Amino acid sequence: MASLNEFLFVSGLLFAVGLAGVIIRRNIIVIFMCLELMLAAASLTLVAFSRFHLSNGLPDYNGQVFVFFIITVAAAEVAVGLAIIVALYRARQTINVEDLTSMRG
Amino acid sequence: MESLAFYFLSFLAVLGGVLLVAFRNPVSSALAMVLSFVGLAGLFVGLNAYFVGVVQVLVYAGAIMVLFIFIIMLLDLHHEKAVKFRSSTVLAGIVIPLLLLAQILGVIQAGVQGEEAEFDKITAKTMIESAKEFPKDSAIHKSLTDEKAPKLPDTNLIGHTIFTKYNFPLQVMGALLLVATIGVVVLSKRSQKRAPTES
Repeated sequence: MASLNEFLFVSGLLFAVGLAGVIIRRNIIVIFMCLELMLAAASLTLVAFSRFHLSNGLPDYNGQVFVFFIITVAAAEVAVGLAIIVALYRARQTINVEDLTSMRG
Repeated sequence: MESLAFYFLSFLAVLGGVLLVAFRNPVSSALAMVLSFVGLAGLFVGLNAYFVGVVQVLVYAGAIMVLFIFIIMLLDLHHEKAVKFRSSTVLAGIVIPLLLLAQILGVIQAGVQGEEAEFDKITAKTMIESAKEFPKDSAIHKSLTDEKAPKLPDTNLIGHTIFTKYNFPLQVMGALLLVATIGVVVLSKRSQKRAPTES
């Protein structure tokens, strides 16, 4: 089995790729997908630590319950976020972040 | 063998992430996201977190992906393909994640190393040992001490944790889902006052 550090590295790599997507991409839906990727990468860390920190010979299930809650929140967040994007598209006919500058100072 | 599966699955997850960023077409991006999440679910299964792996596939690769594709198709975004990227943003998008990755590597270097970073094995012997914590007639105890094939009752144990230790957060989560549902309905509803002028 791979060691803890390898799991942490993969998780960090996924997080970095997601961050790169958030910075580079201009399409708000793709940015949103990259945010989901970052959330999932963080949950890999939690699961790896939960398996690493055995309590009483079993994985530490607090970490996995945390991941379960993260997935629930992510599902709710996606539903609300996409509804906001649809409302935005209705109002402005664009989902390119460079065209959405009305809050620029 | 196990570590080969690890490298394959992590390659799949990272490849999906890179393709998600690289594809111009949002539908292809959504499918690359599914690839990434399936790889990640495989990694979860490799960490003995079967329940979380299955939920990951069901929720992310199933429900969330369908929602994304539905919205992409609904908005019909094909004409967005010709967008140009400024070199300054691309540079920032490469440099900042690399800095973050370097920092993460530094933290990993400072943490546990070598033998100590290996995962302890969960064997039949350790499972019988840990079964003592649970009542004799419970499903968890039975699964842990099963004579033919003792296996980790992952789902039962998560259920046990959620419904004892995390009962109140679970209720809050239910309320959160309800609020999100109501919020989505309110957001998607076209406002009645403006409706005549818009058409």
